[in-house]
Amino acid sequence: MSATNAPGAVSTAPSKKPGNAERKDRARQPRSLKRIAVYVLLSLGLLIMSAPFLWMALSAFKTSSELTASPPVWIPTEWTLENFRDLLDKLDLPLYFMNSVIVAVLVTVSNLVFCSMLGYALAKLRFAGRNKIFGLVLGALMVPGNLMLLPLFVLMSKLQLIDSYAGLVLPFAAGAFGVFLMRQFMQSIPDELLEAARMDGAGEWYIFWRIVMPLVKPALATLSIFTFLGSWNNFVWPLIATNDPDKYTLPVALATFATDPNKAGGSNGMLMAGSFLIVLPVLVVFIALQRHFTQGIATAGMK
Amino acid sequence: MSTTTGKAAESAKVQAGPGTAKSPAAGPKGSRMRGKPRLGVQNMAGWLFSTPFLVLFLVFMAVPIIATLVMSFTDFGLRNVTHPLDANFIGFENYTKLFSDEKFLKSLFNTAYFVVIGVPLTIFLGLLVAVLLNNGIDRARTFFRVGFYAPVVTTIVAVAVVWRFVLDPSDGLVAGLFSEVGLTAPDFLGSETLAMPSMIAMAVWRNVGTVMVLFIAGLQAIPTEVREAARLDGAGVWQEFKGITVPLLRPTMLYATVITTIGYLNVFEEPFVMTQGGPSDSTLTVSLNMYREGFNFFHMGYASAMAYVLFVVIMGITVLQLRLLKDNTK
Repeated sequence: MSATNAPGAVSTAPSKKPGNAERKDRARQPRSLKRIAVYVLLSLGLLIMSAPFLWMALSAFKTSSELTASPPVWIPTEWTLENFRDLLDKLDLPLYFMNSVIVAVLVTVSNLVFCSMLGYALAKLRFAGRNKIFGLVLGALMVPGNLMLLPLFVLMSKLQLIDSYAGLVLPFAAGAFGVFLMRQFMQSIPDELLEAARMDGAGEWYIFWRIVMPLVKPALATLSIFTFLGSWNNFVWPLIATNDPDKYTLPVALATFATDPNKAGGSNGMLMAGSFLIVLPVLVVFIALQRHFTQGIATAGMK
Repeated sequence: MSTTTGKAAESAKVQAGPGTAKSPAAGPKGSRMRGKPRLGVQNMAGWLFSTPFLVLFLVFMAVPIIATLVMSFTDFGLRNVTHPLDANFIGFENYTKLFSDEKFLKSLFNTAYFVVIGVPLTIFLGLLVAVLLNNGIDRARTFFRVGFYAPVVTTIVAVAVVWRFVLDPSDGLVAGLFSEVGLTAPDFLGSETLAMPSMIAMAVWRNVGTVMVLFIAGLQAIPTEVREAARLDGAGVWQEFKGITVPLLRPTMLYATVITTIGYLNVFEEPFVMTQGGPSDSTLTVSLNMYREGFNFFHMGYASAMAYVLFVVIMGITVLQLRLLKDNTK
């Protein structure tokens, strides 16, 4: 935690090889210099990280002549909403937005319920087959999604669920990651608490909904964020499972627009406007809830 | 920003608190004798709680995984989407064809290229940022962490569209930087040699945040006493890093490497949006190739074989990484 131990400083000032004797000064004198170096490095990194976003945001408001200027114009001289207007004329964005929201909400709710249920069973119930099911969940974590796409498409065609919300939602209705996450959190609930409730005659269903679920609210928040975002950003399956443009999700609509060979140049502004509209809500949500994101990743990665 | 979210997290915890305290008390009060026959009840409950997941898992994952394997031994085509059972078994024909298919071999090579350059870069930069954040800084740590993690959460399709524009040789951001110093920018995505490195740059940009967060968590799990003890024993900065930080970070390193590798082996959206696999297939990855064969040309049997080859490669590399990195600890 403290700024004294300094593997970070090694990379910035490798020439310093502090021996035993200088260790005391090391803590004092060059620290501020090192710290400045670290700040400079990080700021430089941050600038690179944010440059594409800044470019996107600025370009979305440029006029078409500024967009195609070479060398490029950095900051628009006259800000315009032209790109957004043109984009909305060409693409029914509110429709795609609604499609994305509906799919993401359904996926999130079903994951919260089903993953928590199995997570509870794996963490707190003794039953034959428990270890095998957990093994299955771990195995499922490792299988790449690509492996299922082709038969899944055939299955959905057979069930006539292509171009339906059900077709978009069902394959993601319960993910192994959610089970894993919920199990990790539920294991920390003391058994005595559940035992006491059982003594009082509470059924497992009651214990699950009334005792366990309220206790794991932070985990549920983390899981909802990740699932919602995963669905919001998902591309491959919605690309395959929709043919009717009325059922496109936002990424599919944008990609279809962006890779359409028939549209002439000069639409870069529209693409920037579209990317801006998709990315902005995600960034805002992320910044507001960033604590949950980083905790969720860390928790999943620790064990 | 951080204070507001801090409060939000706090209040979430507070809300969870009273719920807990109340629920057991509010529970129905039965007789105390009910503790014994619970094992059978738990067995039942266990399976009932597992059923929804298992049904979904079976229908939308297990069966398709097996079906892909079966399909890979058939000539499954467009016709068979409506009549799956009419497909003919052709043995290993798809697989033998794959390994004389130049396009597939090229996609395999491209994917390997992407992984071999991309994974070490991502891991190294992620570790570097994590170490800098964890040790060199006590202010603005959240600010930096949020900044480096932001690309991870954004929609990859939108981001790929943005990068296509950023790299545009005439009016892109990078072209602007080149002209500021009096140079002409090359056509990154239009060049056979530069298209893949450009895509790797974007992937690294997007994934550094994930690795960084993992390493920060790993670093914070190292007890301060261990470091202090080492320092009392006279360990220098570098010795401490090599002797303590690196070995104790090994599990994190392992996890980060494995998930990054798996992610990169599946790379799809970047080439799909940015180059459509071109120029001259120089960015055609295995996943993109599989998608095209399967869903553009409806050679689904052939595409299934590709999916399985990729799967075997992924499993092989994962197992290898687990072995290698675990053995190093001894």
